[in-house]
Parts: sequence; C-alpha cells; structure tokens
Amino acid sequence: MIWIIVLLPFLSGVVGFVAPWPSVRNVTLVSVSLVHLLGVLSIWAGGYDLPVEGWIGCDGLSVFFLLVTSVLFFLGSFSTLAYLREHSFPNSRGAFSRESAFVGSMLMFLSTTTLAIVSHHTGVFWMAIEGTTLVTAPLIAYCRTPGALEAAWKYLLICSVGIAMALAGNTALAVSSLFSGGHEISLTFRDLAEHGGELDPLWLKISFAFILVGYGTKMGLAPMHTWLPDAHSEAPSPVSALLSGALCNCAFLGIARTGSILTGAGLESYWGSLTVAFGVVSVIIAGCMILRQSGFKRLLAYSSVEHMGILAIAVGSGAGAGGIFHALNHSLTKGSLFLAAGSVLSLYHTKAIASISGLIRVAPVTGAVWIAGFMSICGLPPFGTFFSEMMILSSLGAGERWIVMGALLLGLAMVFIGMWKAVISMVFGEAPSGADLPAGRAVVWEDLPPMILCGVALILGLWTPAPLWRLVESAAISMGGM
Amino acid sequence: MKQLLMALLLLVDLNMFATSRVDSLIRSAALQGAIVVCLVALSSVGGLSSVELAFLLVTGLVKAVCLPMVMFKALRSVGIRRELEPMIGYRKSLFVGLFAVGLSLWISVKLPMPPGVDDPMGLSVALLSMMAGMFLVVSRKKAISQAVGYLVMENGIYFMGPAVAVHHPLVVEAGVLLDLFVGVFVMGVIILHIRREFNHIDVDRLSELKD
Repeated sequence: MIWIIVLLPFLSGVVGFVAPWPSVRNVTLVSVSLVHLLGVLSIWAGGYDLPVEGWIGCDGLSVFFLLVTSVLFFLGSFSTLAYLREHSFPNSRGAFSRESAFVGSMLMFLSTTTLAIVSHHTGVFWMAIEGTTLVTAPLIAYCRTPGALEAAWKYLLICSVGIAMALAGNTALAVSSLFSGGHEISLTFRDLAEHGGELDPLWLKISFAFILVGYGTKMGLAPMHTWLPDAHSEAPSPVSALLSGALCNCAFLGIARTGSILTGAGLESYWGSLTVAFGVVSVIIAGCMILRQSGFKRLLAYSSVEHMGILAIAVGSGAGAGGIFHALNHSLTKGSLFLAAGSVLSLYHTKAIASISGLIRVAPVTGAVWIAGFMSICGLPPFGTFFSEMMILSSLGAGERWIVMGALLLGLAMVFIGMWKAVISMVFGEAPSGADLPAGRAVVWEDLPPMILCGVALILGLWTPAPLWRLVESAAISMGGM
Repeated sequence: MKQLLMALLLLVDLNMFATSRVDSLIRSAALQGAIVVCLVALSSVGGLSSVELAFLLVTGLVKAVCLPMVMFKALRSVGIRRELEPMIGYRKSLFVGLFAVGLSLWISVKLPMPPGVDDPMGLSVALLSMMAGMFLVVSRKKAISQAVGYLVMENGIYFMGPAVAVHHPLVVEAGVLLDLFVGVFVMGVIILHIRREFNHIDVDRLSELKD
C-alpha cells in the first residue's frame, strides 16, 4: 500500500507531462489525489503502529503527516483546476507544454512528499527532499513573469545549498556511526536512535547542526527563510498552499527524526536548545516583518515562518503533542488562507494590501473565509490553533522556560497586531469602483476548498474526534522515542 | 600521490577565491571535479569493484566534462567574461580564502578521526572546498558564478565521505544526484538571461518566441 501511494503519483506525473489533452491531465490529477487519500485512510484504519522495518514504513508520525498532506492535496487539486482554467497562456496546452509540466510537477510533488514522509532511512529521506525541490521550482515559475522567475531561481539556489548542507550532515552522521567498534549500524533513523550510545557525540552534534540548517532552510526557519516570502508570493495560489501546508512539514519531519537520534544518544538538551533558539528567532523576525508588510501573500508567507518557528519551539522543548496538533491546524488554516488569497487576487488583480478594501461586499464568501482564516492563524479561541498554542505555552511554563515563553508571546502579539491591521483594512470599507469586480461570483470550485479547510480547523477547536486525537498522540510518541 | 593531489586541490580552491574571470572559475571547477574523483578512487579501502569503478568514471565524466561544458555554453549565451560586481572584492576574497584554509585545518585537527583514518588532511581539503563553494554562492552576483559555486561546494561534500572512510553507498553516491541540480541550475541561468534580455518587452511574448 505504501508503494502504491508513492509510485502511483509518480507514474501519473509522467502521464501529466506527456498527455497532450488537458481533460485527461485534469482527470488524472483529481483521481490520483482521491486514490492517494483513500490509500492513506486505509493505512490509518489498518493499524499503523506496526514496527517499521527497513527503509520504508509508516509509524504514527508518518500516518499523521500523510493524512495532512493528502487532504490538502485533494482539496488543492480542485483549486488547481480552477486556477488553470483562469490562467491559460498561449501555446500552453499540448504535451510537454507549460500547463502539462505544471500538472505533472504537481503529481510528482505528491509522490516526493509522500516518499519523504514514509522513508525511515536518512539517505532516502534526503533524496526525497531533494526531489521536492526539483519538482516545485517549475511550479513556482509557472507564470513566467520576471518576479516568478526570480523567485524560482532564489528558491532553487537557497534550498539546494540547504539540501547540500543536509547531505554534509548525513555524511557526518555516517561518520559518527563508524565509532561503533566494528559492527555495522544501518543508517535508518530507528537503528541510529537505538544505538545512540555507541555513536560519537561530537560528530553527532556537528551532524545535527548541519541538518538543522539544511532542512531548516527548506522548512523556512529564520534566518534561512529568505526564499520563502518570494516563492510563496509569486507562486500560483494552490502551489503556495501546498508549499506552506505540506512541504514545510516534511522538512520539519527531518529535523524531528534526526533529533530523536540525538535523544537516543543522550544529547536531547543540545538539540532541543538549538532548535528552540532557531524557533524563537523565526517567531520574532516573522513578527517584525509582518508588522511592516504591504502585500497580503507575503504576509501569509511570513506567517508560515512564524508558525514553523512555533513548531520548532514545540519540538525542541518537548511539547510533542502540542506541536503535532499545531502542525495540523497550521496546515489546514494556511491552506485555506492561500487558496482564499488566490480568489482575492483574481478579484482585485493586485497583491497590495493598501489597494484592497470592501472584500466582504465584493465577495461575501471569500471575505468570511478570509476573516475566519485570520482568526484561526492568529490563534483566536474557537479555533484549533488556540488550543495547540496553549498546549505549547503551558508546556513551556511547566518546564519553567520563561524567556522562551516571553519571546513567543511577544512574537505572537506582534503578528496579531500586524495581521489585523491588514485584514480590517482589506475586508471592511467601501469597495473600490473598479469595473472588473464582479458583484457576486459563483465559482464553487474556488470557494469550496478553502471553506472546507477553514471549517475543519474550526471544528478541531471545538471537538477533536477520538481516533484523530489518538493519531496525534501516537505521532508525538513516535517523534519522542523512536 | 594522494598528498600531491590534495595539495593541488588546495591550490585550485584558493584560485577560485581570487579569480575574477568566470571562464577560469569554470575551468577550476572542472579540474577540482577531476581531482576529487581521483582522490575518491585512491581512498577506497581494498580496491574498487567494477561497478564502483564504472560509477566513479561516470561521476568524473559528469563533474569534469559534462557540467563544465554546459556551463561554458551558458557562459557564451549570457555573454559575460568577468564577474565585475562581486559583493566582496577580490583582495578581500583572497583573505577570506586564507582564513578558510586555517579554519578547515583547525576543525579537522580538532575532530576525532574514525578508526582506520590516520590523516585529517582529506577532511580539511573537503571542508575547504565546501567553504569555497559556499563563499562563491553568497558573495558573487552573477547567476552563473553562483551555479559554479554550487558545483564546487558539491564536490567538497562528495569528497567528505571518502575522506573520513564512510562507505555507506546511499549517503556517498547520493552526492552524485547533486550534479543533477547543477544541470538544472545552468538551465535556470539561461532562463534568467532570457528574462533580463526581454525585460523591456511584454513577458507574454516569450512563449511566442519559443516556437
């Protein structure tokens, strides 16, 4: 089953590249994402707690992130269809055209992220993450505007330097395993964590530093986050949603799994404090940038930097379940917001916050989703994000880490002020008297996915189904003690 | 032989810090690739199997011949000869290079060597190559120089494993995949060049020119 959900998107991605008919590609995109979702659900239903043997397998952590990625991709695929219908360029319809490369890369993206999530070998994981970089660059560059090309170039350069760092980290990890005194240790996360005591601590520390910087680049931790605002603001909206909601999680997984190796070696305070430090810097920098942001897609991108920082703080300070639950809420909300941002962009044809007003009158549904999404992303009470942030904060309090807690609260306050300043001016007020603002649109496929995602984030705040909560806890356990 | 190659690698790395000519940068990267592959072949314990030898040959071909050729092609299409606008001047770059030599030596002497490795020299030239590449990526403005910098960094990482006797095939040979990236980079350079060229025209016309 695991091989099916990795290989099927890959093979159908090839179909996406070569099929000259748009309808075939679109049907492939939606049906493959549906099959992927069903496959993930069946893995979830059929007992995922089996021990992982070998290089590929599903523990609680894998199933959890598979679920998040799959749901987001399934809903995002409908938005992709809507996006492609609106943004058709001349000569972009046949095989190997711009549009077919887009659909093909989307499917390849699903395949590589799935492989990253289910792989338990450091080398396989690294290759999968490298693969995601390769297939997302054409997605970001889809519009071929100077801005989009520049963003794609920056993304390729910065992320591949990061990925090269992570490879150096993997090599250092392999070096540390040479000190085991004769017997071979396979480079799976599980084996390394189990034999943690036999690894050389100095090489292990170096390895984690490289891997944190490497995968942290991909995840969007400050100060290596500089590609993220450009890429997220220039990419098509469904792609931004997937980058923020799915890709960042995969890179986070790499850091968490490597961290568990260090925990096995008794170095948890080293990797914990290093990760928390990067997390705090991310939250504060994101807060500063959000306060002075003039474009709403960049605003959302910096919000991703902030939430990745929160995630790093959570995993570094041992708030496992809170961090996992936060990742879920963040992915849902950010997916919803980026998809809604696509609607806003197609209504107003601008990314500048200052030239948008009266959203609730122009498009009531999008306006409502916009407000609800921002309430959720800021961690206001009825939404799940509130509870996950409270869990992380109370865990920091229980550990008496007051400085980290204070910095986190300061960052959250800055983000809150910056975001609501922008949102209120966008949503309320008079609608500009532009002729190309249709009064009430009925683009169901464009409005429905963000509504569903936002609704789920709201429901999770009020009531978390027991199986889902069990999954969150199981994921936290497999993150803590692999 | 090994010592000689390592000394040569050190000189090539230093040259890359200091040169302002992009073609000499590419040639240095090609030479570096060839040296690194030879060093990997020399440092394998107990001889090479035929599969490993084939793998190394292909890697050498990619690093020392194919990628430099593609880069020269990109260079011709971009039409620049010198990197004229570095973020850090060339004299300062050379000082950074000398500092990097000291730093990499210091690090490799400090680190514990795994059993079977008696000489930390290999690690230190590997680190120096990584630093040189990293420096080129962050301190040069031309996209093509950044791509060369990435190749240089990648060569360093590729050699780092064998320099400290790592023989886990997946980790070591995964480095070859990084070469793929360089290829993509160079394509990116060409695209970027096209962008600059047609900046004043409507960007939609780019797709008309293609056919």
